[in-house]
Amino acid sequence: MSNNDLSPSLIKNPLISQWVSFETPGSVRVGSGKVEIGQGILTAFLQIAAEELDVNVDQIQLVSGHTAISPDEGTTSGSYSISVGGAALRLVCAETRELFVSKFAEINGCAIEDVIVEGGKFSSRGRFAGEDYWTLSPLVALDRKVTGMALTKRPSSYRVVGRSLPRTDLQEKLAGKGLIHDLAPQGCKHARVLHQPWWDAQLADLDEARLRKAVAGAFDIIRDVNFVAFVADTEFVVVQALQAARSLAVWHGGRQLAPDIGQSDWLKAQHQEETVTDTAGSEAACSGAGDAIKMVFYRPFLTYASIGPSCGLAQFTEGRLTVWSHTQSPMPLRNWVADLLDLDRSTVTVVHVPGAGAYGHNTADDAAFEAALIAVRLKGPVVKVIWSREDEFTCAPLSAAMRVELTATLNGDGRPSDWTTEIWSPPHAQRPGMNGNANLLSHYALSSAPKRNPVKDTPLQAAGGATRNAIPIYDFYKHRLVHHMLPDIPLRTSSLRSLGAWFNVYAIESFVDELAGRAGVDPVDFRLSMLSDPRAKAVVARVAELSRWFDRHDLPSGSALGLGFARYKYKAAYCAVVTELELDQDVRLKHIWCVADPGLVINPDGVRNQLEGGIIQGASFTLREKIKFDRGKVATEHWDDYPVLRFSDIPEIEIDIISSANDPAVGVGEVALGPVAASISNAVARALGVRVNTAPINRDNILFAVNSQ
Amino acid sequence: MRRAFTRGFEDFINVPEKSEQAAVRHMKKHIEFLLNGSRVAVDADARIPLLYVLRDQLGLTGTRFGCGTERCGACMVLVEGKPEYSCAREVGSVAGKAIRTIEGLSGNGAPHPLQDAFVEEQAGQCGYCLPGILMSSLALLEKNLSPKRDEIQRALDPHLCRCGVHNRVVRAVQKAATAMRAARE
Repeated sequence: MSNNDLSPSLIKNPLISQWVSFETPGSVRVGSGKVEIGQGILTAFLQIAAEELDVNVDQIQLVSGHTAISPDEGTTSGSYSISVGGAALRLVCAETRELFVSKFAEINGCAIEDVIVEGGKFSSRGRFAGEDYWTLSPLVALDRKVTGMALTKRPSSYRVVGRSLPRTDLQEKLAGKGLIHDLAPQGCKHARVLHQPWWDAQLADLDEARLRKAVAGAFDIIRDVNFVAFVADTEFVVVQALQAARSLAVWHGGRQLAPDIGQSDWLKAQHQEETVTDTAGSEAACSGAGDAIKMVFYRPFLTYASIGPSCGLAQFTEGRLTVWSHTQSPMPLRNWVADLLDLDRSTVTVVHVPGAGAYGHNTADDAAFEAALIAVRLKGPVVKVIWSREDEFTCAPLSAAMRVELTATLNGDGRPSDWTTEIWSPPHAQRPGMNGNANLLSHYALSSAPKRNPVKDTPLQAAGGATRNAIPIYDFYKHRLVHHMLPDIPLRTSSLRSLGAWFNVYAIESFVDELAGRAGVDPVDFRLSMLSDPRAKAVVARVAELSRWFDRHDLPSGSALGLGFARYKYKAAYCAVVTELELDQDVRLKHIWCVADPGLVINPDGVRNQLEGGIIQGASFTLREKIKFDRGKVATEHWDDYPVLRFSDIPEIEIDIISSANDPAVGVGEVALGPVAASISNAVARALGVRVNTAPINRDNILFAVNSQ
Repeated sequence: MRRAFTRGFEDFINVPEKSEQAAVRHMKKHIEFLLNGSRVAVDADARIPLLYVLRDQLGLTGTRFGCGTERCGACMVLVEGKPEYSCAREVGSVAGKAIRTIEGLSGNGAPHPLQDAFVEEQAGQCGYCLPGILMSSLALLEKNLSPKRDEIQRALDPHLCRCGVHNRVVRAVQKAATAMRAARE
């Protein structure tokens, strides 16, 4: 396969030497700007590189997210790591191999087709052995542009790709090592930062005497207007200082949150920017349509809720700043930290170190910026910042609440026509740098705090934020999407795994089931009749087969199966989920079946692990999660306020992968969240006879739905 | 004595606390306990949570901070063989007791059967919660070498895992139990 469409990563980092080099005999340095956030991406990258270079996996030194030496690939998000980062590596490694093969053939006077590379060693028909990448390396200049014209391997000849290579980081993690939180260099200063409880809040009072009295141990205070940091040699001292300061601080002014913020009617009443997109069909086809059917769906604000609060380390010595961070955006972070601290970008290095799982825009960048800010003040020592659990809930980016109204009419043939999706939502992406805003929390507490630029959401052309997966995949006669973007919400609403797709798929697939019911057609048959893409049909049919959808006459009353299906971002992986559940006082998950088609699979067990994780997290969003507000701020502070699924809540999960090796490899981390949500909503509706159109589907919202009947 | 904050960067460097009350609070105690089979002694305020003594004073950073309120299980250690949260547990209360942390799981360098089984099942993603989960799993297997799925789930309910590797963890614990039973016979 040759590929003239260079991945965006290659356009930004055009030189082969930015990706691959052979400085150390026996070792290949492979660079990646995409980073490990728990998803196992580095193991997949090793496989891709080893495959195309024909070296052993253990010969590769993967350098990821180090701004001084790794390529700049922006942010690790949106399930682009395999499709963009992996595609770039595949092309670069294939081209590197081709250059070395040509050089080897040229100096040995043999035919290129006869050259074999194994474990990095070259030969031709058993001759000229002794040469390898490292002996040839002085003869092959890699500071040349990637053309993208090299032939990559045929999937049928893969030896490393397609195997379930164990994760390379797991043994270390099982020994309690390998995370940024574990770094504690000699002489390290521990710091904690007091955060503004709402935007532009002014610190009116902080009683220092009482603060010091409340803390056993000496600490320093660094303050700039509304920024307050506590610094000490021992960690627990600053933990106590922050705890005391949170209750002593008196805040005035700023933009306190409305008590009903984020509720369904509140969303509709806000200032909004409307975009209308007609995506399919013609007026003519709609003639003879019946009455319009309409349903309103609602989801609250959510949070990513990583188990480990964010951590950042920084050191400023001899005019150079080094920042260690579990950021998803090493280079954007470097640039913003340098610019905001008035340092030359070339003197700042961000080094990625894995942290707790990232499931969306978290506070990693905030903690890194705070560590940098303090390190530059202190000059010399390593500064380590860890966020408190309370601030991880109250001051972190939130996933935006959404109201989704769906309208459709059934045509004479029982198919929906004239379908309209109408969405009200704040934006779903405000990472560092987006809209020209730093979006680094503490920056807005400083005397140099800037005004915030107006915000936009990720446009539909870039897979959308609130509008992600808002266009049904089905063959409708006509479809219209109306997006009401709410630009003035004083919250840092940003990415959470699958962005708007989780709830759009919940709403659309729930509505499809309702329409199937009205048409008197089984939900599986109804969908199959409206799908023309054979890959889409295949996953729906397969999940029905796996769950014995048509054969479950044994289900007791109060139990049901439900189906949800989507193709993530309309262009990535296909995923269908069937959930079996039981309704008692609450929803009890019994069994989940999932079928996905992610094209070429790099690591089958890695794909399964990501799908399982997406299913469990998506089920947790759907059944439990909601951010609460009170007294002008986020009121959710602890796990008791934000229950996520625990071990006993998790059902057996069966996964089947339909692998089509000739289709491009795409990521799977985000594909299951929408389908699992919809499958739960549909199963509850079938078990209860009532649609719960307000998430989460907990006891309160079930009762509300029943009583609103 | 209160101090008013002024605008602009201003550092307040250590103001030593002189009051009698503070002196009591600063008082350090000599506390001894058994850590992963070895005797350790620390001089610490007896009310500091065990977690910070382990991480900050003793350099054992495998036990992790998650919430500080005994709700997530990232800080789980074994105290006298029982899983206990260490994030709010005063270090004074473990004086003379046997503590086991993730660093003491693998004994003489070879991985514990639980660690092997977690690798075989690829039971992990980000890994933040794993040390705590391993300690609770160890406590379970020390009293029950044939745990059923729901018994493992109940034993691990104090632990939050946000990556969603729950089923892999349950399978890994069962696999470790099988290996440990076989080793015993």
